[in-house]
Amino acid sequence: MSAAPRLLEVRKNVLKQNDVIAHALRERFRASRVFVVSLVSSPGSGKTAFLEKALTLLHARCRVAALVGDLATENDAARLARSLAPVKQITTGTVCHLEAAMIQNALADWDVSQLDFLFIENVGNLVCPSSYDLGESLRLVLISVTEGEDKPLKYPTIFNSADVAVITKMDLASAVEFDEPIARKNIQAVRPGMEILKVSAKTGDGMNEFLEFIETQRSRSRATSAV
Amino acid sequence: MHELSIAMSIVEMAEEESASRGNAQILAVHLRLGPLSGVVKEALLSSYEMACASTPLAGSQLLIEEVPVEVFCPRCKTRVRVSSIQWMACPECGTPTPEVLQGRELEVTALEMNE
Repeated sequence: MSAAPRLLEVRKNVLKQNDVIAHALRERFRASRVFVVSLVSSPGSGKTAFLEKALTLLHARCRVAALVGDLATENDAARLARSLAPVKQITTGTVCHLEAAMIQNALADWDVSQLDFLFIENVGNLVCPSSYDLGESLRLVLISVTEGEDKPLKYPTIFNSADVAVITKMDLASAVEFDEPIARKNIQAVRPGMEILKVSAKTGDGMNEFLEFIETQRSRSRATSAV
Repeated sequence: MHELSIAMSIVEMAEEESASRGNAQILAVHLRLGPLSGVVKEALLSSYEMACASTPLAGSQLLIEEVPVEVFCPRCKTRVRVSSIQWMACPECGTPTPEVLQGRELEVTALEMNE
């Protein structure tokens, strides 16, 4: 005699393990008073060039560091190290995204309370990183002018998971006939109210506005987390 | 393609539940999936089969309930279902809204088991 199958209710978030670690990281960052900015984008959208510029400018005036994720090679860490900020490469092997545990491991021997800003450059991928919280304070999604204005419509999930959109390679905008109003409209369609910044890491245009923006965000988060 | 690692987490989770219930055989796993979870249903289904292979869940089914994206419309002051995740706005009045109430789900809701 076989009993009828029984339905057992469980209600468990599949990414609970990641979310628990991300939550612990966020608490650690808050207690250490470090503002953590993560970057996601497709490969080749200029994350590393943008970050190198930002680190160089910030290193002159405050304490910054970066973690950078790639499937293989330490090339990006070597590039970012030119900024003189401490940089650590996370090589993911075949994993297409960073997970909270990788951040935790990478930071095991770092005292983040000695930092004002920590940047986390995700693996170049507009799909998978959207599912994983890394404990960051702010998530930037980068879109370069050479990619096409409809990127947000093609990858709405990652845009929805991010807080701010940064349009990169603005120095090439006219050469590729980048239609900025359309790009803005598409970003707003998938993530209404999203802040949009424009930069050129090459000429430096927009970099000061970006730094001011994250400094304001940092002061705000410190004000709200102060007891 | 991160669906395989997600499928492996689902299998692991189900195995733990089964173990805590005297290794009851699991016939099916029920999952709620929202479009904003970043997980693709078809990819997850084929990954699930791979993840189950040579585990006690081999042959079990993954039953996916797709959860539509619902947002709060600040103008209509009500919960509405968006027509597409490419247009996060109220389908009634067109007001854009970032306030997602539902649609990020990636959760196991129930297990069907033989006891």
